[in-house]
Amino acid sequence: MNADQVLDAKGLACPMPIVKTKKAMNNLEAGQILEVKTTDKGAKSDLTAWTKSTGHMLLDSKEEDNVFTFYIQKG
Amino acid sequence: MTEQKKRTTIVLFSGDYDKAMAAYIIANGAAAYDHEVTIFHTFWGLNALRKDEPMELKKGFLEKMFAKMMPRGADKMGLSNMNFAGMGPKMIKHVMKKHNAMTLSQLIEMAQEQDVKLVACTMTMDLLGLQQEELLDDIEYAGVAAYLADAEDGNVNLFI
Repeated sequence: MNADQVLDAKGLACPMPIVKTKKAMNNLEAGQILEVKTTDKGAKSDLTAWTKSTGHMLLDSKEEDNVFTFYIQKG
Repeated sequence: MTEQKKRTTIVLFSGDYDKAMAAYIIANGAAAYDHEVTIFHTFWGLNALRKDEPMELKKGFLEKMFAKMMPRGADKMGLSNMNFAGMGPKMIKHVMKKHNAMTLSQLIEMAQEQDVKLVACTMTMDLLGLQQEELLDDIEYAGVAAYLADAEDGNVNLFI
C-alpha cells in the first residue's frame, strides 16, 4: 500500500504512538494515507479505537517480526 | 471540524509519582483524541506543578515547613506503593528508561505542548503555602466552580 507519509513510532511506549499519530495526521489532507510502525503491544487496540473515534479509517494492519504496521486514511 | 469538541477533566489530588503518571498519560491520550483536556491540581497533586529550583519567598513558619517536606516538582515525588524511602522511584525510573516510557516531567511537558489546560486550585495552594512563583509557568488558577464548568460537559471525568 502506498502511504503519503510514514511515521516510525517503534520503541515508543504508551501514550506516545497515539500522540505522534495524531500530530502526523494534522499535517495530512483528507484522503491521504499515513503508515504507522510501532512495537507497543497495546497499539493494535489503541490505534483501532483511536481511528474509529476520531473519524479516520484504518485501511489495513499487519504484524511482522514484532513490528505492527497500520495504514490509516485521514477522514 | 465544526462540531463541539469532547471534553476530559481530571482532578489530580494525589502527590504520588505513579498516580500522577497515570493522570498525565490519560490526559495526553485524551488530547490525542482531540478532546479539550483539563487537569485540576488540588492538595498533594499541586506538587507535580512545582518548579524544582528552591526559591526565596516570604512565608510563615508552617508554610516553610510544608514547602520543605513536600516534593519539589514532579521528579521528586514518591510512589504510592513500594516507595522504600525513595529507592522505589529510582528503580521505577530505571525500568521506565529501559522500556522507553516517558517520565512524569516529560509527560507534563507533552501535555502543555498539546494544550492540556493545567489548573492549580487556589484554595489548597493557600493551605499548603504554595505561591504562583513556585509553580510552572503557563498554568491557570481557579477554584471549584471553574472545574465544574469544565466537568459538567465532560465526557470523561476522573479523580486520581
